[in-house]
Formats: sequence, structure tokens, C-alpha cells
Amino acid sequence: MDLGTLSGIATALLMAAFIGVVIWAWSSKRKTDFDEAARLPLKDRGEDQP
Amino acid sequence: MATATQFYDDKVVKQFTVMTVVWGIVGMLVGVIIAAQLYWPELLGGIPWLSYGRLRPLHTNAVIFAFGGCGIFATSYYIVQRTCHARLFLPGLAQFTFWGWQLIIVAAAVTLPLGLTSGKEYAELEWPIDIAIALVWVAYGIVFFGTIVKRQVKHIYVANWFFAAFIITIAILHIVNSLAIPAGALKSYSLYSGAVDAMVQWWYGHNAVGFFLTAAFLGMMYYFIPKQAGRPVYSYRLSVVHFWALISIYMWAGPHHLLYTALPDWAQSLGMVFSLILIAPSWGGMINGIMTLSGAWEKLRTDPVIKFMVVSLSFYGMSTFEGPMMSIKTVNSLSHYTDWTIGHVHSGALGWVAMITVGCVYSLLPRLLQLPGMYSAKLVEQHFWVHTIGVVLYIASMWIAGVMQGLMWRATNADGTLTYTFVEALKATYPYYLGRLAGGTLVLLGMFIMAWNVWKTFGLARRAEPVAIPAPAHA
Repeated sequence: MDLGTLSGIATALLMAAFIGVVIWAWSSKRKTDFDEAARLPLKDRGEDQP
Repeated sequence: MATATQFYDDKVVKQFTVMTVVWGIVGMLVGVIIAAQLYWPELLGGIPWLSYGRLRPLHTNAVIFAFGGCGIFATSYYIVQRTCHARLFLPGLAQFTFWGWQLIIVAAAVTLPLGLTSGKEYAELEWPIDIAIALVWVAYGIVFFGTIVKRQVKHIYVANWFFAAFIITIAILHIVNSLAIPAGALKSYSLYSGAVDAMVQWWYGHNAVGFFLTAAFLGMMYYFIPKQAGRPVYSYRLSVVHFWALISIYMWAGPHHLLYTALPDWAQSLGMVFSLILIAPSWGGMINGIMTLSGAWEKLRTDPVIKFMVVSLSFYGMSTFEGPMMSIKTVNSLSHYTDWTIGHVHSGALGWVAMITVGCVYSLLPRLLQLPGMYSAKLVEQHFWVHTIGVVLYIASMWIAGVMQGLMWRATNADGTLTYTFVEALKATYPYYLGRLAGGTLVLLGMFIMAWNVWKTFGLARRAEPVAIPAPAHA
């Protein structure tokens, strides 16, 4: 296998990994967890601050 | 709850916050001195320790590692505790990182003017200091990751991911780039030579920008902008993609510092392509930060701390657009070795890094001292304007000077000879060095305003009570 093929495969794998992360992040299963996580800076005293 | 109430460890945060302001003044003062030396070369009477060549690394080390570094330590120790609902792991070790880091800064401030340097840009310190840095850094990692392990919140907040990537990467970069053979107590020779040395150095150098000056400050941004605006992160999903895309792409952009050099051509092209792709995650993060204010836009008018943060993101967006443009080979052939590069660096360093740090200190300090705000919001507002005008004056001077230098250096006559001598280009640049000095002086003035405000804010604070850690939600 020459270097060109190898870098082609590597590019395809990295592309797939990136698309995987995007699909994972935007899956509806993650939504509630992420909405909660987004509020973490506002909750460090145990209650929501204005 | 059977266990006694636990408290956050805010002592080390307070120490690092104060030193952020102190080293900010020192680093920027040295910057102003060397800017003056470029305008008046004999300013300091030719004293060797105070010559430009020795003070310039002192300036870069002081602003990046002392001012920026203390800011990162302070905010990361604060954020990791607040978002993990856990006290710092091994507070004694955190104290070691504080005193160790201060000692390293003092060692740098002594050795660099003495001319003791390994000659690698942004990694000038000699091998005994390099070993001390590695030890403090490992201790930092233990405290930070130990706190993450102790967390009572299931999710690891995105700011901590950025700090975690920054801590690991800086350890690797520092150790690999500093590998050297000692030749005496204060002299060493790098393990690398030739083009390999150049590549390792700029792999280090650019990732120092990408991880020290970007990832860590994005961590600050992802906590303090939501905190100060009282709004959740605009898109948490985007922040996740932002994180993974940014850290995987940054690592490969270093060769853009070595275009048209002895570095193999494919490596140069690789560096250019990755630099161009970097626009996407950089702008994703900038948009995420700015849009966090949606629903609270009026704060941009009323809260000077928010002004610092949003303008810092604007400079971040501007310099992360400019950077990829400058990494295009044809543009780089004009910009490289000119003052345009200096302008670009300072739009990132004074615009993005310094403004987000200053904004976070103004946001953090009252919380640490349990006060509703800084001593004077008006002084914060004044600092904001003085700083912003200073930065614009600085970078505009360097842009004009840089583009002009590039054009004059490349101009040729019909017979192929150079149109201008080097000294003609230098002469044309001269007035802009005064513009730079004026801009830098304004930025320094702003830091003094900040120091006064911080001093008075400490005066207002009665003894702050320790802050209790919230009880676990489902114990």
C-alpha cells in the first residue's frame, strides 16, 4: 500500500469520526443531558441564579 | 447528610488572581519598554541586561506564562471546583503549584536578562527551569484531574474538557520540545538539529498558541460568559463539536510558521491546509460564546465586564480569520518576517487573551470576596475603553507597517535589482513604531486602572466566609 492510499484511508476515517461526533452531539437522546449541562455554570451554589 | 459540610478551596484561586494582575503589569511594562527601544534604540544606554534581545523574551514569557498562566491557574481551579461540586484534590499540592509557578517566573526574570537562554522562541528557559516547569505542571495535572475524579456532578462540563486538553498537551509539548543535553548548570544543547529542530520548535510554538493561549481561555469563556450573562451556553452541542474539532485540528497547523524554508514542501502544504480548516471550529466557538448573550443583549450596554468578554470574542474571531489567511503561502510570502505578524499576534494576545482574562478577573474577584461587584464599575468601563483603543492603535500601526515592509522588500526594478534597500523600508516603518508604543502604553495604563480597582475591591471585602459545596443531588 502506498502512502497516498494510506493518507486517503486516514482522511476517510477522520471524516467518519467527525461525522460520528456531530451525529452523537445532535442526537435527541443527548438533549436533556446537554440542556442540563449547559446550565452548570449557573448552579454552583445548588440553586439557579438570575 | 451524614458528612459535614465541605467548602471550596478559594485560597489558591485568590493568590493566582492577584498575581495575574501583578504579572500583567510587569509583562506589559516590559513590552512598553521594548516598544520604546525600537523607536529610541539607545534608550537604556546600551546596558547589556536591558538590551532589546534580552528583554523581548522576558516580555513574551511574562505576558504568556506569568500573566496568562496565573489567569488560567486561577480560573481553572475555580471552575473545576464549581462545576464538579467538589473541593480541590490535594489543596497542599495546589499551593505547591502556586509557589512553584511564581518561583519559575522569578527565575525567568533573572536568567533572561543575564542572557541565559536556550534560544527557542517561547521556550527560552534553560534546562533546570524546564525541569521545574515539568514538575509544577504534573502537580497541576494531579490537582485538576483529581478534582474531576472527585466530582459529584455526573457530567464533566465543557470548560473542564478544554482545560484538561490544555494541561495534557502542554505537558507533552513542553517536555518534547525542551529535550536537551546539558552542558553545564545553565547551558544546554537541543536534542534536535536542522529542519527537524525547526519543525519540533514550531509544533511546540503553534500549539502553545492553540492550547495555552486558546483552549485554556476558551475554558474560561465557556464558564464566565454564561455566569456573567446569567444565561446557559447557547448551544451545548456546538460546544462539544467545537472542542473535538479544535483540539484535533490545531495539532497540525505548526508548519505554517515555516513556509518557504527547508521544511519539506508537503509538510508546509499540510500546515497551510490545517490552518485554513481551523477557521471552522474557531468561529463555531466564537459564535457560541457571543450567542450565549441572546436574550440578555442589554447587558452589552450596561455591564462593562460583558463588554470585555464580547469584544475579546470579536478579536478572537478576527485573529482566527486573519491567521488562516496569513498561512496561505502566497499571502505568507508577503506577510512573513514583517510587522504584520506582530500585529496579528497582538490582536490575539491583547484583544482575545488579555481581554477575556481581564473580563474573567472582574467577574471572578467579587465572587471570591462575596461582593456584589468590583469597587467601581466606572473604572471597569474606563479600563475597557482605554484597552480597546490601545489595542486598535497597536494592531493598526503594525498592519500598515507590516504590509508596507512586505511590499517594499519584494519590489524589484525592470532589471531585477531591488527597488529599496533594507534601511529604506526601516525608515518608512519608523513612525508606526511610535503608534505601537502609544497603543501599548494605553494598554498598560488600563492595567494600572485595573490594579487600583482590584486594590480598592479588596479593601471593601470583609473576611469572606468559606463557600459551602452543594450537597449531592441524589446522595
